[in-house]
Amino acid sequence: MSAFLLAAAEVTGRLGEPAQEHLLWARELQAMSLAFHIPLVCFGIAFPAIVLFMEGLHLRTGDPTYKALAKRWSKVMLILFAVGVVTGTILSFEFGLLWPNFMATFGDVFGIAFALEGVSFFLEAIFIAIYVYGWDRLPRRAHLLTGVPIVITGVTGSLMVISVNGWMNNPVGFDVVNGDVVNIRPWEALFNSYFWHELVHMYAAGYMVAGFTVAGVYAFAWLRGRRTRYVRVGMVVPLTVACLVAPVQVVLGDWAGREVAEVQPVKLATFEGLPRTQSGAPFHILGWYDESDEEVKGAIAIPDLLSILAFHDPDATVQGLTSVPPDDRPGPVNVVRYAFQTMIGIGTLLALVGVFYAVVWWRRRRLPRSPWFYRLVVAAGPLAGIALIAGWITTEVGRQPWIVYGVMRVEDAVTDAGGLPVAFFVALAVYLTLAATVVWLLRRLARRPPDVEVGVPVEAA
Amino acid sequence: MAEVCLALAMIGLTAYAVLGGADLGAGFWDLTAGGAHRGGRVRGLIQRSMSPVWEANHVWLIFVLVVLWTAFPVFFGSVMSTLYVPLFGAALGIIFRGVAFAVRGQAATIAEARVVGAVFALSSVIVPFCMGAAIGGIAAGEVPEGNALGPPLDSWLNPTSILVGVLAVATGAYVSAVYLAADAVRADLPDLVEAFRRRALGAGVVAGALAIGGLFVVRAEARDLFDGLTSGGGLVAVLASAAFGIVTMGLVWTRRMAPARWTAAGAVACVVLGWAFAQSPDLLPGSLTLDEAAADDATLAALLIAVGAGLLVLVPSLVLLYRLVLRGTLDQRFEPLDQRYRPITAGDHPQEPRP
Ligand code: HDD
Ligand code: HEM
Ligand code: HEM
Repeated sequence: MSAFLLAAAEVTGRLGEPAQEHLLWARELQAMSLAFHIPLVCFGIAFPAIVLFMEGLHLRTGDPTYKALAKRWSKVMLILFAVGVVTGTILSFEFGLLWPNFMATFGDVFGIAFALEGVSFFLEAIFIAIYVYGWDRLPRRAHLLTGVPIVITGVTGSLMVISVNGWMNNPVGFDVVNGDVVNIRPWEALFNSYFWHELVHMYAAGYMVAGFTVAGVYAFAWLRGRRTRYVRVGMVVPLTVACLVAPVQVVLGDWAGREVAEVQPVKLATFEGLPRTQSGAPFHILGWYDESDEEVKGAIAIPDLLSILAFHDPDATVQGLTSVPPDDRPGPVNVVRYAFQTMIGIGTLLALVGVFYAVVWWRRRRLPRSPWFYRLVVAAGPLAGIALIAGWITTEVGRQPWIVYGVMRVEDAVTDAGGLPVAFFVALAVYLTLAATVVWLLRRLARRPPDVEVGVPVEAA
Repeated sequence: MAEVCLALAMIGLTAYAVLGGADLGAGFWDLTAGGAHRGGRVRGLIQRSMSPVWEANHVWLIFVLVVLWTAFPVFFGSVMSTLYVPLFGAALGIIFRGVAFAVRGQAATIAEARVVGAVFALSSVIVPFCMGAAIGGIAAGEVPEGNALGPPLDSWLNPTSILVGVLAVATGAYVSAVYLAADAVRADLPDLVEAFRRRALGAGVVAGALAIGGLFVVRAEARDLFDGLTSGGGLVAVLASAAFGIVTMGLVWTRRMAPARWTAAGAVACVVLGWAFAQSPDLLPGSLTLDEAAADDATLAALLIAVGAGLLVLVPSLVLLYRLVLRGTLDQRFEPLDQRYRPITAGDHPQEPRP
């Protein structure tokens, strides 16, 4: 079994044991900040490639519609990047402000990843500025080339962050001797083999969130009768990307599930609310997990499905929650369960949307005609965003009570500083304002006629 | 190796103080530019100068944080947990500032522009003050090693901290005025060159006076720090900083703005250097030395490799960005931001590609 059962090697941290009564506030604040940062990040991951594709189309055909879209989108990209940068900076502050003992104890183990991530963001910030402010000022080909680093740094940036998250879930690269973290091997921690499924799954999620959201904006205009070529192109390109990724995401999710089953069996039991270790474990849809009776109630049970999902074998044995003491089980089982089911539900629905779109295109060479399809596309962006957050809740709350799985508990990692509830509500107000501002800004941008981007009319029907 | 890593953090901090500080200082000039109409041209230049570079300038801060927590994790944990009030304040200021700046060019009516401009400008003052106060708290030895063991208020609301906070605002304003004056030269806007030249001279005098007067405060309140600043390497750095400051004033006085950029940066760098000398060999004066705080050699080596490899791509990219900026390739058209009604197409001026 994994490091988990060797949990004798627990540490309380270099700054000593905190006596924080507001642990929950710290967790909620961290969760809120991440939940705000992550959807923005999806645009950092996926948008540059889509924008460059558009610009490439323009360079090949000379059609101003493509350029108007690419230029408009690059401005959106810049705004979202700016908000991503500041919310990300808040996160790096928060790591220290909320979890100083975690940083003091493990900062030297996983810090390299963040150093490399910092380099990525730096490059991203540089080239995004050159790209957006360089429209019509750099030679056309050179301009396209300055977009390439943005695409690459989008990949490397997320790779490094997620490597840290993978490490928190499957910590390697150090030894614990008498409660001390010693013998640190930072490169081993960086390339912990666990993060690949997280990276690829998150990457696909980025393409789904960004693709469906952008397509949804134009699908909305389409539904309202603005059937111009500009709107059509703006919808079809991101929609095609998202629809191709959506079915793949189900396969990637299955891969993620099997990795979790192997490395974090208790987390897997929490996904399902499986109380006792058993072979041929069932999967329960809906219902709730009753902590005192230790069973799932009011749910639809599908026999053997959990064993199949986790190990691809109907008779496989799946470890249950009661295999570890109550203190070592993730806190609110139902939060994790519902987050997991939400993600899977949405993932399945969006995969069906993708398949439907692909089939219509393949058989009939045209877009679906039903307005219901476009209504679904409008909803798909927010749904993908919900799945994204739900997925992270699954991963992060499912990791509880550990901040470093099996090694350090969150209650040992937290700050001893006061004022956490105040900080939470201040931050909440700030994030709400921020969200409102971003929406306002994007709507203001969208109200400008696309012609202003290229100086010639583009919106002819 | 610990020294090299500390040097990296110091270089990052200097870059943030000079480049990020200049951006923040621009907010100060925005705040004090005067009424909607009168301040329009000043605000327009600020908007135009900062747009392409402020994000890259800001990333230095992330760089500093990351180097510190990787190389000196216990130091990082202790500082963040004790100085949580100013650091949380700085973090909020950073959010407001970045977003308000992004929004500002889009404001269409005077009411919108006022709100956004005020948020941008105010947060530009809060961020350097909070950061400076936090640094002052460290330098004055108010932060003990441990989880939130220092006093939450006195650790940054003491005379030394406040002094450093105010000094940070003043230096930012000074550097920023020098840079904006140089940008105005490039943009061929003589009235703004004069406007920022005057501001640079004024802010230079204030910053210099604060620095000299501050030495007395430090002598009374934080004797160890004072001794460090007035002996050995600390003294050399302080004197060098003063010299750079005076040379900069001379260059600005004689309207040589381009070289003044560099000497102004030198003055700030020497202050950071002086602080490092004054405190050495302690990271947290009186409680944690550099060697105690440093991470394992394996980590330090890995950090140096990672940053070194990063710099290989980063430096050429930064050079490219600043070259394009200084040559004017990325310049937007200058428009006064005078907060009258702006048509929604403002700011979009397609141009023919340059050859
Ligand atoms: C658009 C978003 C999206 C969609 C449609 C799905 N997921 Fe997901 N999922 C994520 C977005 C996401 C995520 C937010 O990106 C997570 C959080 C951590 C991670 O690596 O990816 C995640 C985590 C995550 C994990 C936990 C990994 C871990 O703890 O290491 C599992 C087991 C699954 N997913 C399984 C699935 C399955 C079986 C899906 C299909 C039906 C699915 N996901 C659709
Ligand atoms: C570098 C990667 C990450 C790091 C270092 C990290 C760090 C942390 C820390 C320190 C906590 C608080 C302790 C805890 O409650 O477990 C936490 C919780 C949380 N994180 Fe992560 N996280 C990472 C990735 C993510 C991402 C990408 C998300 C997506 C939104 C996320 C979502 C959450 C949530 C929802 C919680 C709250 C858990 C709870 O309420 O108990 N995390 N994370
Ligand atoms: C150390 C604190 C952090 C900082 C300074 C930071 C900063 C940033 C910045 C500036 C971006 C680019 C924004 C964009 O492309 O839209 C970004 C992207 C990203 N962030 Fe964060 N972030 C931090 C923490 C996290 C955490 C905890 C997660 C959770 C896993 C996370 C996940 C990502 C991902 C996946 C990307 C996309 C990669 C990319 O676009 O380069 N970040 N972050």
